[in-house]
Amino acid sequence: MTVNDVVQQLGLSIYGGEKGLGRSVTGGYVSDLLSDVMGNASEGDVWITLQTHKNVVAVASLKEVAAVVLVKGLKPDADTLAQGNEEEIPVLGSELETFDLAGRLYVLLNDDK
Amino acid sequence: MDTFRADLHIHTVLSPCGSLEMSPARIIQEAVNKNLDILAITDHNSTRQCRVVMEMGRKAGITVWGGAEINTREEVHCLVFFDDMAGIERLQNWLDQWLMVIKNRPDYFGDQVWVDEEENILGEEERLLIMALDRNLDQCYEAVHEMGGVFAPAHIDRPSNSLTSQLGFVPPDVRAEGLEISPGVSPEEVRARGWDKMKPLLAGSDAHQPEKVGTHLTIMKMKNTGLEECKNALARKGGRYVFPRIMK
Repeated sequence: MTVNDVVQQLGLSIYGGEKGLGRSVTGGYVSDLLSDVMGNASEGDVWITLQTHKNVVAVASLKEVAAVVLVKGLKPDADTLAQGNEEEIPVLGSELETFDLAGRLYVLLNDDK
Repeated sequence: MDTFRADLHIHTVLSPCGSLEMSPARIIQEAVNKNLDILAITDHNSTRQCRVVMEMGRKAGITVWGGAEINTREEVHCLVFFDDMAGIERLQNWLDQWLMVIKNRPDYFGDQVWVDEEENILGEEERLLIMALDRNLDQCYEAVHEMGGVFAPAHIDRPSNSLTSQLGFVPPDVRAEGLEISPGVSPEEVRARGWDKMKPLLAGSDAHQPEKVGTHLTIMKMKNTGLEECKNALARKGGRYVFPRIMK
């Protein structure tokens, strides 16, 4: 499954980093502490968070996550978006709260197995 | 030029986590005993106790800056300083505008009262002060800058409510006049992470109890104890400088 498939299935908005939409998705991670994400997220995860600071993209890039999804309609800061485009990390959005979005992603990824 | 000893991070009885012993009188007494020149009163998201401590400091020959330890939307704690009541009132109005409103439960979180010189209660804050502001880090910096204050992310090394914990690392281009290191950090770690190259470093005790006042100091080389001189020292103008005592 690619990031693009996840975008279609979950009805996500695409804010930037479109060049990364073909990345392969292998799992998910949910956390709003970037220190925790640095320690525990895995390559290929879709990372769900409410943080919008540009360090999100730096951490996403470092951990080689597939994409970042911002919850509750939150928009990325302008420099976050610029860096997402540069690093080719899709910066996505959902109106859903974290619990609901993570549940849907979990079902989607498990049905795909 | 003189060298001043400053404790730039002190909570009072107003912070829910602050000891009820942290009255203005007790804080000034500790500062006198420990030969401090400058204090900064930095309660969580409130300036209500600043005025009384500033007045008592003036009488005791100690400069007291007022401000707050604000909590950004990312839940990064940041120190803010002013040396005049006009600036402090601007900050308070801004805090009142952006603090996310949850009612305090003193039995859960602690009392949030402010007091006069004789420790009579002057008022009680009903909103929970440890909540976040609905403003992100950059918005907080810009607002404080516009108001004429000094802005410094707090205890940047700490495993909670710091740039490191909330945002993974200190953004190398972080917008701030300085960065505060916590009493728990070693000079080796500060240098290894390159924090001393990013911004001038500050230190404060983060005292919640009287005995902690003055246990973690900033040494400030400048002409006087006004906030303008602090800004000049943070900008390293004309031979002025600041450094945490542990980094000497």
